[in-house]
Amino acid sequence: MGKTLAEKILSLKSHGEAKAGDVMIADVDLAFVQDTTGPLTIRQFKESSFEALAKPQQTIIFLDHAAPSPAQQLSNDHILLRRFAEEIGCCIYEVGEGICHQLVAENFANPGDVIVGADSHTVTAGALGAFATGMGSSDVAVALALGKTWFRVPESFLIELNGVFPQGVYAKDLILYLIGQIGADGANYKALEFSGKALAQMTMSQRLTIANMAVEAGAKVGLFPADKITRDFLKEYGRGDKYKPLSPDAGANYERVMPVNLDRLEPMLSLPHAVDNVRPVTQVKGVKIQQAFIGTCTNGRLEDLAVAAEILKEQKRHPRTRLLIAPASRQVLIRAIEKGYIQSLIEAGAIILPPGCTACLGLHQGVLGDGEVCLSTANRNFKGRMGNSEAMIYLASPATAAASAIRGEITDPREFM
Amino acid sequence: MSDLVLKGKAIKLGDNISTDDIIPGRFAHLRSNLPELAKHVLEDTMPEFASRARTLSAAGEGKAILVAGKNLGLGSSREHAPVVIKMSGVGAILAKSAARIFFRNAINQGLPILLCDTDKIGDGDELEINLTDGMIANLTSGITLSCSKMPPIMSAILKEGGLIPYIQKHKDLKL
Repeated sequence: MGKTLAEKILSLKSHGEAKAGDVMIADVDLAFVQDTTGPLTIRQFKESSFEALAKPQQTIIFLDHAAPSPAQQLSNDHILLRRFAEEIGCCIYEVGEGICHQLVAENFANPGDVIVGADSHTVTAGALGAFATGMGSSDVAVALALGKTWFRVPESFLIELNGVFPQGVYAKDLILYLIGQIGADGANYKALEFSGKALAQMTMSQRLTIANMAVEAGAKVGLFPADKITRDFLKEYGRGDKYKPLSPDAGANYERVMPVNLDRLEPMLSLPHAVDNVRPVTQVKGVKIQQAFIGTCTNGRLEDLAVAAEILKEQKRHPRTRLLIAPASRQVLIRAIEKGYIQSLIEAGAIILPPGCTACLGLHQGVLGDGEVCLSTANRNFKGRMGNSEAMIYLASPATAAASAIRGEITDPREFM
Repeated sequence: MSDLVLKGKAIKLGDNISTDDIIPGRFAHLRSNLPELAKHVLEDTMPEFASRARTLSAAGEGKAILVAGKNLGLGSSREHAPVVIKMSGVGAILAKSAARIFFRNAINQGLPILLCDTDKIGDGDELEINLTDGMIANLTSGITLSCSKMPPIMSAILKEGGLIPYIQKHKDLKL
């Protein structure tokens, strides 16, 4: 019988036959931590009496969640992580380099890899055809030392994408729509596998947005096949030799098949306080917002800033709405400067934050006040997520966030096109 | 983990308790100070949770048992979530369903987590959990509940008291 993408990669990495439901041990190609999960990972690593890394070149520490650090305890955690990197000989990406998932996509992830990260949005690298999944600190500590981990091979949902995005509709709207359909736990323990004619036009930036949010439906991975777009992306980032085509077999067994016609989609929103609380923007228009936030591992890439800059060019943010922009990496920021996007955004009244997670997780750089409403391009709107359990977070595309920043209320981006 | 039968009292929570509910991001600076972080466990969801759990486990009549609805622990991979739940005196977790990473993290911390129909458990109910056969006796209502099975490697990790003690003993992962 044919294999799904998940079964194919895990068969290869377990040197055997991996079928959905099997429990197996897989080689790990890349393991990483970030600054809020790294200290516990190091503690677990040392407690296990491990002394060396299985693959030092493929072990990465990212300082992105508290970057630059807003508190002495977090600064001390950074010292601990830097010291460990030096002692054990692994790579470290310093404060200001960008978000771990963006840097993994730019520099490390390849089709067919197994990637584990102590961060739930590790699934982002599924855009490149990598079996990439988030784990806790103990699991990552063991993967660092042994170069392997155990998995239950997930059953897969096949998401068949056809048609083209209408004007004003983006990858973010698609993934919000899908999460609304599947539910926040509807794909628990499963793999989401994307296919269909629409992939031929779907950029890597869009794929990264979609794969990033697979975990918001409970999924273990969000996998794209590796195709011409993957090859071109790898070439652009200097590792064209790492490309290999990857697609599921004909006759692979899918637990559920979900066809989606992109032509019929419209701009979508997640309402407080659940990611699967999804409605079309047209039904929520007019809600006043005090902050618009464009960035994160979901929507902080060059294409996202381009969309926002296009809408905000020669416009001004609403006087009662703050507009925060956080590029996902240093490279994204440099390119956005070269293209003039940053100039347009600053002229429109935006605050440019350093490349990193910034306001998304609520510990610095844009913490909300009591009763405030934020329209964010991030992936989570749980109560308390942006540092205040009395605040409200709506999730949407960069276009919707940009249009809403101008009006000071939730706005359909198509009104600016 | 030596206790194969665990007795305790239920502290009941609802559906979709996220890792941001368990440890809000605003306490990220306390993540290397676990005793301090544990004081804030679930404080936005149930402000009295930490004191109730502590009182129950100090009373010596068994432990607090966290009982939740569906999709417990959705969200982040922060293993600090089950760590602080355990530190607050909780002996086991029961839920209708749990998010993948949270479930695995709890086992890796040697904190038993079992999936069953938690609608049949009320706040304050006295429970007896048999970890060997996955059966739960609700001593308050007289109802018996059965739990879903976990893969053998997970049972083995739980039996050793978590992933790190398991690795210290076996030096490797064994299916």
